[in-house]
Amino acid sequence: MSAASALLLRGARTPEGESLDLLVRDGVIAERGTRLSHAGALAVDADGLLVLPGLVDLHTHLREPGFEQSETVLTGSRAAAAGGFTAVHAMANTSPVQDSAGVVEQVASLGEQHGYVTVRPVGAVSAGLAGERLSEIGAMARSRARVRVFSDDGRCVSDALLMRRALEYVRTFDGVIAQHAQEPRLTEGAQLNEGELSGELGLTGWPAVAEEAIIARDALLAEHVGARLHVCHVSTAGSVDVLRWAKGRGIRVTAEVTPHHLLLTERLAGSYDARFKVNPPLRTQEDVDAVRAALADRTIDIVATDHAPHPSETKEAPWAEASFGMVGLESALRVVHAAVVDPGQLGWEDVARVLSSAPAAIGQLAGYDAPLRVGSPANLTLYDPDARAVFGREDLRGRSSNSPYLGRELPGRVIATVHEGRPTVLGGAPVEPEELSRA
Amino acid sequence: MTHAVLQQADIQRALTRIAHEIVEANRGTSGLVLLGIPTRGVTLAERLAGILEGLEPSGPVPWGSLDTTMYRDDLARQPVRAPSPTRVPGGGLDGRTVVLVDDVLYSGRTIRAALDAISDLGRPAAVRLAVLVERGHRELPIRADFVGKNLPTHRGERINVRLRESDGEDVVELDEGALA
Amino acid sequence: MRHLLSVRDLDRAAAVGILDIAEDMAEVAGRAVPKLPTLRGRTVANLFFEDSTRTRLSFEAAAKRLSAEVITFSAKGSSVSKGESLKDTAQTIAAMGVDAIVLRHSASGAARVLAESGWIDAAVVNAGDGTHEHPTQALLDAFSIRARLHGPGSRGRDLHGVRVTIVGDILHSRVARSNVWLLSSLGARVTLVAPATLLPVGVGAWPVRVLHDLDDAVDEGPDAIMMLRVQAERMTAAYFPSEREYGRVWGLDGARFGRLPADTMVLHPGPMNRGLEISTAAADSAASLVLSQVANGVSIRMAVLYLVLAGASGTAMDGFPA
Repeated sequence: MSAASALLLRGARTPEGESLDLLVRDGVIAERGTRLSHAGALAVDADGLLVLPGLVDLHTHLREPGFEQSETVLTGSRAAAAGGFTAVHAMANTSPVQDSAGVVEQVASLGEQHGYVTVRPVGAVSAGLAGERLSEIGAMARSRARVRVFSDDGRCVSDALLMRRALEYVRTFDGVIAQHAQEPRLTEGAQLNEGELSGELGLTGWPAVAEEAIIARDALLAEHVGARLHVCHVSTAGSVDVLRWAKGRGIRVTAEVTPHHLLLTERLAGSYDARFKVNPPLRTQEDVDAVRAALADRTIDIVATDHAPHPSETKEAPWAEASFGMVGLESALRVVHAAVVDPGQLGWEDVARVLSSAPAAIGQLAGYDAPLRVGSPANLTLYDPDARAVFGREDLRGRSSNSPYLGRELPGRVIATVHEGRPTVLGGAPVEPEELSRA
Repeated sequence: MTHAVLQQADIQRALTRIAHEIVEANRGTSGLVLLGIPTRGVTLAERLAGILEGLEPSGPVPWGSLDTTMYRDDLARQPVRAPSPTRVPGGGLDGRTVVLVDDVLYSGRTIRAALDAISDLGRPAAVRLAVLVERGHRELPIRADFVGKNLPTHRGERINVRLRESDGEDVVELDEGALA
Repeated sequence: MRHLLSVRDLDRAAAVGILDIAEDMAEVAGRAVPKLPTLRGRTVANLFFEDSTRTRLSFEAAAKRLSAEVITFSAKGSSVSKGESLKDTAQTIAAMGVDAIVLRHSASGAARVLAESGWIDAAVVNAGDGTHEHPTQALLDAFSIRARLHGPGSRGRDLHGVRVTIVGDILHSRVARSNVWLLSSLGARVTLVAPATLLPVGVGAWPVRVLHDLDDAVDEGPDAIMMLRVQAERMTAAYFPSEREYGRVWGLDGARFGRLPADTMVLHPGPMNRGLEISTAAADSAASLVLSQVANGVSIRMAVLYLVLAGASGTAMDGFPA
């Protein structure tokens, strides 16, 4: 399909509950109203479907370059599209590390070539993720990839001085440091949330304080230097308290929670099934309740997947030897639906905020501030909120299948995704790469 | 359809006769050891020992139990069974005349297992076999030396031996099962 | 019983059942021919990813006394040190026609993963998984305590009301975990004595009482006291300051041993650090069960192998987990 063709969505319901037609042409929303028509437009009957702004993920691992056996920019962005995303941020722990202009430009242009989603590389905070000296943050910010989010994700910037300097340094272009809050000494060999269960299972505990202490320290540092801090994958009730305190003080801190920390608890680790091994670990029901409430009251700003593909052999192992991480792009919206929409804690307008406009704002990604408005870039997701099905292997569109949801019934279904005016998913299935490729 | 084939008095008479036969065959009770096969064979061995002591005042006849579970050839064909204790009376089995005691003699496989078990426990001078009921259908070349009652049966039938000590009454029943 | 992965899969009846079968197995050891034909034709593989000569020998002796074939695989110098995974190793061994795998592994949960992953069909017996469990050790400890208390009248009995005190590095001890669950389900009253650094965070939820003073625990005169092995490498991780301090504060030294009632049983899973967690006076005393623990280990492992291997596959004895 050429970019010039038009797309007409009929009868979709907006997050605000309005039923309308949307005409997409030349990559933007051209018209919005009722009984629209356009000769030659591909018409999609969206009656009963929800139209959401294209979803934005601030936290994924696309594994390319370096770990293509787990995922590539192509397979990861296809998985993203299948989950309703139109933009993803790709974390820096590739090989070579995304710590220079060259690597981030390569990743961004791969994303552009494949066309499923906008791929925004995240730059490493420290050179080689070694936690010792700053990477070429300025060069990455000025590169064609226009990097605005910097993170050593997977590792914590534990050195307080390095963290302070990074926060100060990115202030000049209003960038943000996304911290993986994990005090390394408190989590040496850690495997599972520290508590009754870790004690019983004989797995080294991962104390909540190891996350909370770093968040508190970083919030104080951000306040001290007047910089923006983003906290990755908040997982504990104590972290929520610290964030609430920091926001109350006016500190410029934002925070994300993953879909799995909104839905799953540590109890799933009881059988040592490594599909449930993730960093930070699954926590208790009290923690799940706290992060849900925090997302509802905006203490936590966004949902981000921390999509972390791994080949099956690294999960077919005793718990302590298995890799940390879960894939999450394909299931994110459905899991959010199950975890916070069904129980009534978030409405669809809130979902549009936490999965689209707010992460775009944190990442300084243009085009997501006035969704579904005439003239805005056409990044859209059509979602059937009344569907319900068991999540299966066929729902996974990336290269890896380490999903904790396989075999679990989830609500909803992504019917179509439109990225910059072009459908990337139609009828619930991703369009073929060749149809999208701009290579 | 179940009906009693031996009543309490019949059982008592049968044991008494077996005891007499043992004394006769053994020319007294010296050197005898009775080993009952759990569960009811052990009860019968104890009763026989009591009767023998009354017959021959030369002193008590040692008796014990011999579990065959670990020697069975059909272990892998059915759920695991709990073994029962084996108790060999003091003095052991070497050079003694062991009388194995069981309630029913059928295929002979239990006795085969018992003979193997005995050979791991010592080397008796002789091994004899006493059973309350002999019902036929042997699958191995084994026969009883002392029989309380010969009871020809069909394979589909069951013999239930019930004894006061374990079951509250003394009776042997024939359950005709599906053939009835 | 399909597998033995955790003592938590055993209720009181099942645990007493294993101890009773072990009594029968113990009798065999005293016979002219200390061997049973029970597992003739079955093959047991000892798969030891972690060194433990005594546990391996004990399982080997148990399998051989039941006439099973035994093949042994030790990780050292094998393909495992070249990075072969548990899955590949287990599948390779299983392909040789193995009926049961006795697994020792440094990762907690390894036995459960092997049993439930569908990689192999063989029965799995946990011979120690990381810091999780060591079920046969706890069974032999319970067996040893029961035998000392009740002698030939042990059959059918549990440990109701028996006061057992476990001292030392609970946090890293699979022996302690298995004992806590097993002894509790047998009715014993378990007390743990350790510095807070060597107790798991969630210990408050365990069916135990926790004391932080060994002298108080000794003066209570428990029925049995179990000293856990302390590993020197824990010092570097700041769990305790020095061997000397550990021995002084947490060791069963001569003075403490002297204050124990004469009939208090002394247990140790071995190997012992004499002079550190246990004094020679205590280890070699009449109250010590250390050597009978070793002998009873073979009987317990015979009972376990009997239960997982003797019956038709997919069946269980009454009262045992399928």
